[in-house]
Amino acid sequence: MSSNGRSGSADPIDRLRKDDATPEAPTAPALKAVGGVAGWLDDRTGAAKPVGYLMKKVFPEHWSFMLGEVAMYSMIICLLSGTFLTFWFVPSAGQVVYDGSYLPLRGITMSEAFRSTVDISFDIRGGLLIRQIHHWAALMFIVALSVHMLRVFFTGAFRKPREINWVIGCILSMLALVEGFAGYSLPDDLLSGTGLRAAEGFMRSVPVLGSYLSFALFDGPFPGEAIIPRLFSIHVLLLPAILVGLFTAHIGLVFVHKHTQFPGPGRTNDNVVGFPVMPVYAAKAGGFFFIVFGVISLISGLVTINPIWAYGPYDPSPVTAGSQPDWYMGFADGALRLLPGWLEFTAFGFTFSFNVMIGAILLIPVMYGLMAVYPFLERWVTGDTREHHLLDRPRNNPTRTGLGMAALTAYGVLMFAAGNDLMAIKLHLSINDITHILRAAFFIAPPLVFWVTKRICLSLQRKDRDLVLHGRETGRIIRTADGKFFEQHEPLDEFTRWNLVQHDPHEVLTLERATDEHGVVSPTARKDKARSALSRFYFSDSINPVTPAELAAAHHDGHGHESIGAIEASDDETRPALESARREPPKRP
Amino acid sequence: MSEHDTPHGEVVGTGDGYGSTAVRLDQGHVEGTGGLPARFEDPGLPPHVARMADLDEKGAKRAEKQVAALFGLSSLGTILFIVAYFAIDPEKSGFIPGIGNASIYNVVLGITMALALLGCGVGAVHWAKTLMPDSESVEYRHTQRASDEDRQRVVTNLMDGGEKAQLGRRPLIKFSLAGALALPPLAILLPLVGGLGPLPKDQLSTTMWKKGDRLVRDPERTPIRADQVTIGSVFHVLPESIKDSEHVLEDKAKAAVLLMRLNPEDIKPQKERDWGHEGIVAYSKICTHVGCPVGLYEQQTHHLLCPCHQSTFDVTQDCKVIFGPAKRPLPQLKITVDSEGYLVADAPFREAVGPSFWERGSA
Repeated sequence: MSSNGRSGSADPIDRLRKDDATPEAPTAPALKAVGGVAGWLDDRTGAAKPVGYLMKKVFPEHWSFMLGEVAMYSMIICLLSGTFLTFWFVPSAGQVVYDGSYLPLRGITMSEAFRSTVDISFDIRGGLLIRQIHHWAALMFIVALSVHMLRVFFTGAFRKPREINWVIGCILSMLALVEGFAGYSLPDDLLSGTGLRAAEGFMRSVPVLGSYLSFALFDGPFPGEAIIPRLFSIHVLLLPAILVGLFTAHIGLVFVHKHTQFPGPGRTNDNVVGFPVMPVYAAKAGGFFFIVFGVISLISGLVTINPIWAYGPYDPSPVTAGSQPDWYMGFADGALRLLPGWLEFTAFGFTFSFNVMIGAILLIPVMYGLMAVYPFLERWVTGDTREHHLLDRPRNNPTRTGLGMAALTAYGVLMFAAGNDLMAIKLHLSINDITHILRAAFFIAPPLVFWVTKRICLSLQRKDRDLVLHGRETGRIIRTADGKFFEQHEPLDEFTRWNLVQHDPHEVLTLERATDEHGVVSPTARKDKARSALSRFYFSDSINPVTPAELAAAHHDGHGHESIGAIEASDDETRPALESARREPPKRP
Repeated sequence: MSEHDTPHGEVVGTGDGYGSTAVRLDQGHVEGTGGLPARFEDPGLPPHVARMADLDEKGAKRAEKQVAALFGLSSLGTILFIVAYFAIDPEKSGFIPGIGNASIYNVVLGITMALALLGCGVGAVHWAKTLMPDSESVEYRHTQRASDEDRQRVVTNLMDGGEKAQLGRRPLIKFSLAGALALPPLAILLPLVGGLGPLPKDQLSTTMWKKGDRLVRDPERTPIRADQVTIGSVFHVLPESIKDSEHVLEDKAKAAVLLMRLNPEDIKPQKERDWGHEGIVAYSKICTHVGCPVGLYEQQTHHLLCPCHQSTFDVTQDCKVIFGPAKRPLPQLKITVDSEGYLVADAPFREAVGPSFWERGSA
């Protein structure tokens, strides 16, 4: 187009340009404020719309929602402090003679990895603090994400639509263990080297491929010079990339689903009640990052962790008593201590080392596999296809809570087993006895804990019902005109009551006829049978929330006992102790 | 919402209004008829309780000062950190009550850094809790599922795309594409896997030990005369040829041996006595469980204990496993004395030392 188009109006393209014109100057002061850089950015990205939306996004509040935050912040602290460490750490198994400032190690042959770690601890100003921050933050990361997982499990937050996020979380958690192990193996000190020595033994236990795996990873016989640089690359590049990627997906899905919330008055399955990001959560969550970082740096300043200079460099010959991995590997180490030797046997000229393989190779994937599958199992049992955004109070799903506690107990037994030698020394017990008891406990304790937990949950539910039906004990003793005494009960206000009656009752799935009208067995008969059996296992003795009719009956004078008896027939008990409570609350004078 | 100030009202009301008709044993229903709903109704958000700072400007002013003080503390922490970084001698250690001897430098850096971070964090949270709005907002959810039209569009677009690309009509392309996508990763994986490490061959089954190799102390590497090994003593031992090794750690990891002298009458198996020398016996130090050095010898009971997983071996019974997760006994090294009275190996290990592996029995 030639320049004469500008003055004329015939050309549609030029007209468009004319209309397009200069953007109008912002009029309101608020708009003026987003001029400058923000305006420049929005002109090029259109970010104002999503950012404006995110700023007003509402998050519900509960202390347990901060566990995931602690994990997230600890991970960020690990990334920051870890980057710092890479500037000085030398990932090499090449042997050198130490001549640094830490006198007790002078003249000792060690790997460059070990020397550089000692240098970070003694010769880089503030290096020790950062090293300890890195290690403590890693421990905090795994503690926080584990407790976060427990919170999600026990409150049923893994239910639809969050199953994918639960699976992502399981993978994150498993990789965090590997990342931690790779990290504490890097300094190549005596303790971590012994850990790698054991890891090499673990690999050998894999049938057929064991020795090939070991030689592939260690580039020849143990220890070799390859493992340190390879673990380094896994620890600082491969796993962090996967962790950060999965974490981004994890938090992204939290945004998409909107956070779950605990039930309460006004909090429904269709809304989120809480505070907006701007300004409340920006301040609270932002401030919380600094609090987590502050607490970790305080611990790192005051409490020594992994003093590798005291262990010395790795040497395959010596070892220290009480060798133990970091806490999160404790359960696997404990499993190895409990597995009996007879699980190793020779057949067809080949060696099957199940005494090692079960604990070292199979345990972790199987454990995380079961965890990842659980939401799908529960959904199959309940047949529930609804979305769930309201959390369960753990007592309101006694079977799930019991199963979770049973699993936690099995984990705890294994973890204790990893300290069988220390317990024997500190408690003056026989290590053999401790080990035998823990072996038995691994099988006996979880069912026992399941049963106890379930009973506690059912009792708590009964207590909730009791509170709703008969109110709170006021401690006021009333004497009636004819000389009777009883304690006055005060009905709950509707907000308190709602917390105790809001949940949905559970129903056992009943088995439909296994055969059709022609007597042909349904193709899904066996599956249905299993499903209905599981449903009975979950819900046959469930206690349901009080209904208005039951409350009315509880307050009804005269036939009160009889009516309540009918309602609570499912509880299978009589409750003489509650007799006084069933009276009409007398009016105070 | 309106009933929150008369919480008793509803309870008394239901009791009075429906009591006699609501639930009876003979009627046998728990959910309501006769005017009662099946479930309780959500009473809605509870009334907002105002904070001190909302009601009283003085309270707000106080909160402001507290927040500012915390932020100020944070800056102070940073300044102290910088001062400490330069002023304190990193090598100085001192006694700190409740902790013991510690590096003063590290402790002060940690505390000042914590001050800087906590002041900032606690200040921000306190600000949010006292001065920022505390009445809750409500946001509505929608189901995750997209609308049927959107789902249909995806399917249509996908089918349409496939059709326009003539995927269905040209099977040759379809199948060759599958190969072209599936196979190239092999070109990346092969060099990775192939280059990782050598094949084990017999390296897991052999050690440095050979006939005539002297037993030397670890780490001094001095030879041991039989008469230096008193009853009850234990020596950590390596082969003398370790000095010529080009891969010291790797050879050590397989060849490490424990040497003990027992009263010959305490030794039960004849083979163990024959492979030793006057009650002096040598066993591989590498645990047959997962390979930790079996470093703990109990002189009185003649038990060897692995510190990693507590496998216990009885030296009087050819190092049989008497407790713990290991299965196989520690392999014995056959020893004798040379012409000068020094202990030497009489033969290499007869079996693979260390943890089990698949083809162990066949090697």
